[in-house]
Amino acid sequence: MSTFAELLLNGISMGSVYALIALGFVVIFRATEVVNFAHASLLLAGGYVTATLHEDIGFWPALLVGIAGAAVVGAAVDLLVMRRYRGSDHSVLAIVTIGVDILLTTELTRRIGTDVLALGDPWGDAVLTLGPISLAHTRIAAFVAAGLLITVFLLAFRYTSWGVAMRAAAESAETAALMGVRLGRVSLGAWAVAGGLAAVAALFLTVFPTPGLERATSLAALKAFPAAILGGLDSTTGALVGGLLVGVTESLATGYQSELTFLGRGLGDLAPYLVMTVILLIRPAGLFGTKELARV
Amino acid sequence: MSEAPVSEAPVSRAPLSEAPVRPPRLAPRTRTYLWAGGGLLLLVLPFYLDRFWLQAGLFAMAAAIGAIGINLLTGSTGQLSMGHAFFLAIGAYGYCVFAAEGGDGLTGLGLPTWLAAVLAVLLSGLAGGLFSPIAGRLRGAYLGIATLALIFIGQHVLFNARDLTGGFNGRDVPPLSLFGLTFDDRELLVANVPFGSAEKLWYAGLVLLLGCGLFARGVLRGRPGRAMNAIRDHRIAAGVIGVPVARYRAAVFVLSSMYAGLAGVLLALVFQRTVPDYFGITLSLEYLAMIVIGGLGSVSGAVIGAVFVSVLPQLLTRYSDALPLVSAPGTGGVAPGEASRYLYGAAVVAVVLFLPGGLVRVAAGRRFRTDPGEKR
Repeated sequence: MSTFAELLLNGISMGSVYALIALGFVVIFRATEVVNFAHASLLLAGGYVTATLHEDIGFWPALLVGIAGAAVVGAAVDLLVMRRYRGSDHSVLAIVTIGVDILLTTELTRRIGTDVLALGDPWGDAVLTLGPISLAHTRIAAFVAAGLLITVFLLAFRYTSWGVAMRAAAESAETAALMGVRLGRVSLGAWAVAGGLAAVAALFLTVFPTPGLERATSLAALKAFPAAILGGLDSTTGALVGGLLVGVTESLATGYQSELTFLGRGLGDLAPYLVMTVILLIRPAGLFGTKELARV
Repeated sequence: MSEAPVSEAPVSRAPLSEAPVRPPRLAPRTRTYLWAGGGLLLLVLPFYLDRFWLQAGLFAMAAAIGAIGINLLTGSTGQLSMGHAFFLAIGAYGYCVFAAEGGDGLTGLGLPTWLAAVLAVLLSGLAGGLFSPIAGRLRGAYLGIATLALIFIGQHVLFNARDLTGGFNGRDVPPLSLFGLTFDDRELLVANVPFGSAEKLWYAGLVLLLGCGLFARGVLRGRPGRAMNAIRDHRIAAGVIGVPVARYRAAVFVLSSMYAGLAGVLLALVFQRTVPDYFGITLSLEYLAMIVIGGLGSVSGAVIGAVFVSVLPQLLTRYSDALPLVSAPGTGGVAPGEASRYLYGAAVVAVVLFLPGGLVRVAAGRRFRTDPGEKR
């Protein structure tokens, strides 16, 4: 039972990190209707900046610079690439983000090389023990930070004029533009926010018990895609639920894999995708996604 | 997407074929000569090129077959697939399992190798068919990410089903033999040129590529092609005019998987060993890059893109010491593999932004530009 509780808590903590990434993904989709396949590379960029700077300027400033850096990269992608596209087909833009992803990931993995970079976080490998349950400090920090950021984001999304502008643009870009919403700013803001959230997620994807920032981190970040999809691409609630679902499934599958050996090793990496496939079979638009209605 | 180009496409297309807007096309006879010359050149190349170039060419052919497949799916029908590498893997490993004798502790059925190749392609198609409940229902990004799951499932199976795949180290690929001719390295002298596996496979590759290209062209030019484009351009309108949308989507998915399976078989034969690492997400992205660079929705575009993306890294490796900014792998600079990824990543972005339609439009002198049926 205590193993189960431990796995569940760990899963929720990881899930909140995935939710952070998925949230950024959803924000970009809502604001611009573009599916951002370059999201994993934004995350890698944020993590890399933090990892290279933390020895010189300390962890917290490095983290801030990392967040800012990823936000700038995101904004730059929007400004330099997405804006230049004159067509109207958003699936073509999705392919452009794949090109951007190839570029960014190649550059970052080349810089990282075979190294495993530490991000210099203050939690180290400390473990909190509560009766039979032990939980790494990093996991608690991840949950708290992700929860805080998500709350702030959702409040901002609901109550600030930026949030209202973004929701209006998602509802109907044309009408929003006529009402004076500056769509350029909205999409720029979405990309920057997504980058910043991804950079925070990068921190928590690479702290204890994972060894550090390495090439494979971008693969870990890919798990946020099923999170975003199974929740429904256009739903912020969906991103949260999807993230948690992916995190918990992954944690349980990894924890109990000794009892599931007939399915092979490394089941934890696969579990999110299996869950997503099953959910998409039942609900093709995801759990909370808007069912597509079309007027003919 | 407010106005459906679907219904008007076939109508407005007909006058366009005689329309004076087009720059003068090559006379049919010149085209025939060009084709014949190019074909002849490809036929004699094995007599002059060394193994390196032949291998590069073979990779390009295999990639071209796979790219034609994904272009039918993504380019012509508008279904984003990031799982193409999975079907390549099924082709490659399926061939190994069917053809191997099973002496090395791995499962092998010991079937005749040509039959194994056919079965491997069918197996890929079957796998695509099994995915059709999802492929027939999801669209756009949902489908793209759902197919991403295939990559991870595939990797998991490849690493874990050791009896079938040999696990991390992969397994040897038995050479193909057809009509008593074995495509292995036992040398065969043809006109005083020693023919190894690369030379023999070159011809097999050419035949397969030609067959695949013609078949795909037939599909695209005929009724199914129109239906596919209609689904891409306006799904609902396509359904309203009587195209069975879900069935078409599933069928194209199967066809595209079979192309991928064949490409996988050919790749396995060229590599002579299959390793699971190769069939990762990078490979899938490469195939998407190929069709975007070459031109979405056209057979020649797929071939051009495949040649570009698959020959580029080999060129850069070969000439890495002569090129600025590129250094040999492991020396700290930009390795050739990375350099080529920069190039095709940038090419994807640049093509979409500045050259809609891909390289094939440039080659064709932009003569399709005013064709509404091709507009995306």
